[in-house]
Amino acid sequence: MIISVASGKGGTGKTLVATSLALSLKDRDKGREKVQLLDCDVEEPNDHIFLKPVITRREAVSIPVPRVNEETCTYCGKCAEVCVYHAIAVFSENILVFPHLCHGCSACSYLCPEKAITEEMREIGVVESGHADGIAFAHGKLNVGEPMATPVIRMVKAQASHEGIVVIDVSPGTSCPVVESIKDSDFCLLVTEPTPFGLSDLSLAVETARELNIPCGIVLNRAGIGDSGVEEFCHKDNLPILLTIPLDMEIARNYSRGVTLVQCMPQWKESFLRLFECIQEIADERSHSLKR
Amino acid sequence: MKEVTVLSGKGGTGKTSIVGSFAALAKGAVLVDCDVDAADLHLILEPAIQQTHEFWSGRTAVVDEDRCTQCGLCQELCRFKAIKDFKVDRVSCEGCGFCSHICPDEAITMKENLAGHWFISDTRYGPLIHAKLGIAQENSGKLVATVRQQARAVAEKQKLNCIISDGPPGIGCPVISSLSGASLALLVTEPTLTGIHDLERVLGVCHHFNVPAVVSINKYDINQENAQQIEAYCHTQGAHVVAKIPFDNVFTEAMVHGLPVVKYSDGTVSQQISRLWQAVSELLDNN
Repeated sequence: MIISVASGKGGTGKTLVATSLALSLKDRDKGREKVQLLDCDVEEPNDHIFLKPVITRREAVSIPVPRVNEETCTYCGKCAEVCVYHAIAVFSENILVFPHLCHGCSACSYLCPEKAITEEMREIGVVESGHADGIAFAHGKLNVGEPMATPVIRMVKAQASHEGIVVIDVSPGTSCPVVESIKDSDFCLLVTEPTPFGLSDLSLAVETARELNIPCGIVLNRAGIGDSGVEEFCHKDNLPILLTIPLDMEIARNYSRGVTLVQCMPQWKESFLRLFECIQEIADERSHSLKR
Repeated sequence: MKEVTVLSGKGGTGKTSIVGSFAALAKGAVLVDCDVDAADLHLILEPAIQQTHEFWSGRTAVVDEDRCTQCGLCQELCRFKAIKDFKVDRVSCEGCGFCSHICPDEAITMKENLAGHWFISDTRYGPLIHAKLGIAQENSGKLVATVRQQARAVAEKQKLNCIISDGPPGIGCPVISSLSGASLALLVTEPTLTGIHDLERVLGVCHHFNVPAVVSINKYDINQENAQQIEAYCHTQGAHVVAKIPFDNVFTEAMVHGLPVVKYSDGTVSQQISRLWQAVSELLDNN
């Protein structure tokens, strides 16, 4: 079962929820079920700060980019014509490659009539995996200055176990990195706060999850801080609020020191387990209705 | 033309609240919301939309089932695994068009995407250029480039010489697109270990693209030890900490009332934000 934790708005508590959910689950059933946490926020991965994992494996993430053999290139311009990303340019007897723009589709090398283009791998990030306190862990780090997060996210997701429970921590927003992270999830948990910004971004995140046909539920964090807009929206839109975490300076202070919620306040474990049961129920119902 | 882009790395540190207040304090700047896939600035600036434009960007492969002989070459060669059972997965397709070139039956065409909309609006503080990326659409970086380009055009036309841009969280494509060519980056952080970690990475991006950066530590009193650590770190990086703003629910209250903080309250936080704007505008003038 894959549960992704997303939000739309940043700073609502995705990392807090993802880490505490994973930690609560690993003790369930005496640890019989494998629990894995994948941090797919490869631009700003944070889960490791809380879980302090032992990293046992590092793998570079590279994408194929063109390399032109100018001895055989006739400057015909076919490569530039087929590259929609403008990552290769030909003018008179010059050919230029802009590796940062390349998506690695291989159209140029495949379609070059002279076979003058080969591909070389360009490193854009790294995926590290290991374990933390009984949880299998992996995260990705996009290199600073690199624009394209999705290949790194894909590689983090490739570490997903086929059994047990996989929790995916997602970056904020609703565009490509979020779509790449949440697709193929059985459930998407949306963490929000009861403020106008929280509501606005939540409604976009809900639309994104629905577009991908993923059932979702809400975690309301910092309850009591703003207004009732989020609750009204959830009620009207039939979105279940599965967990409410109050605004609590003690939680905020512990978070600032890199301590997870269930570590500083173990009584929350039960709430996270109940949250998981709700998720399981909704996901099961969904898969049954799909089979029917 | 001077432009300050407000970034943070970590989300939820207070970028938009700061930019909203800057809008009110600047008196005649062009405002830009570069967080095109989760835009919020409009919620506190009450824009009256003057122009709506379609944003066409990227393409998606479409298979003509009548022509397709199911040879499977496209599925084999697509690097994005976007074609399964001879059907295109719109979400996975990156629009490269490789399949359309190699299909022996010429059964694949590329369809342009309506990837979102962008708007030119009037607010009581100045023009606002903002956008809404379509749901599950790509090319947010290009949409960011579009709104910034439009902001420059509006600034020139209205003879305004300052642009204030509210950036997205993270360090990837839309952040780079918001930052490149700006005169100054204001990095809004918080004294949490995650805030510090993310600040280091976004500061790295500023260095990479040669944009000078200054820092504001929001909610600094949540963890004063961490706040000191940030100051020490920033010092080593040549990025001045120009403000330390305490935690105050006035940020949320102002938002609930649909107002910039400085228009909602004249308390300590508003005074701090005013001083921050003064520091930023001086840096813009002297840059």
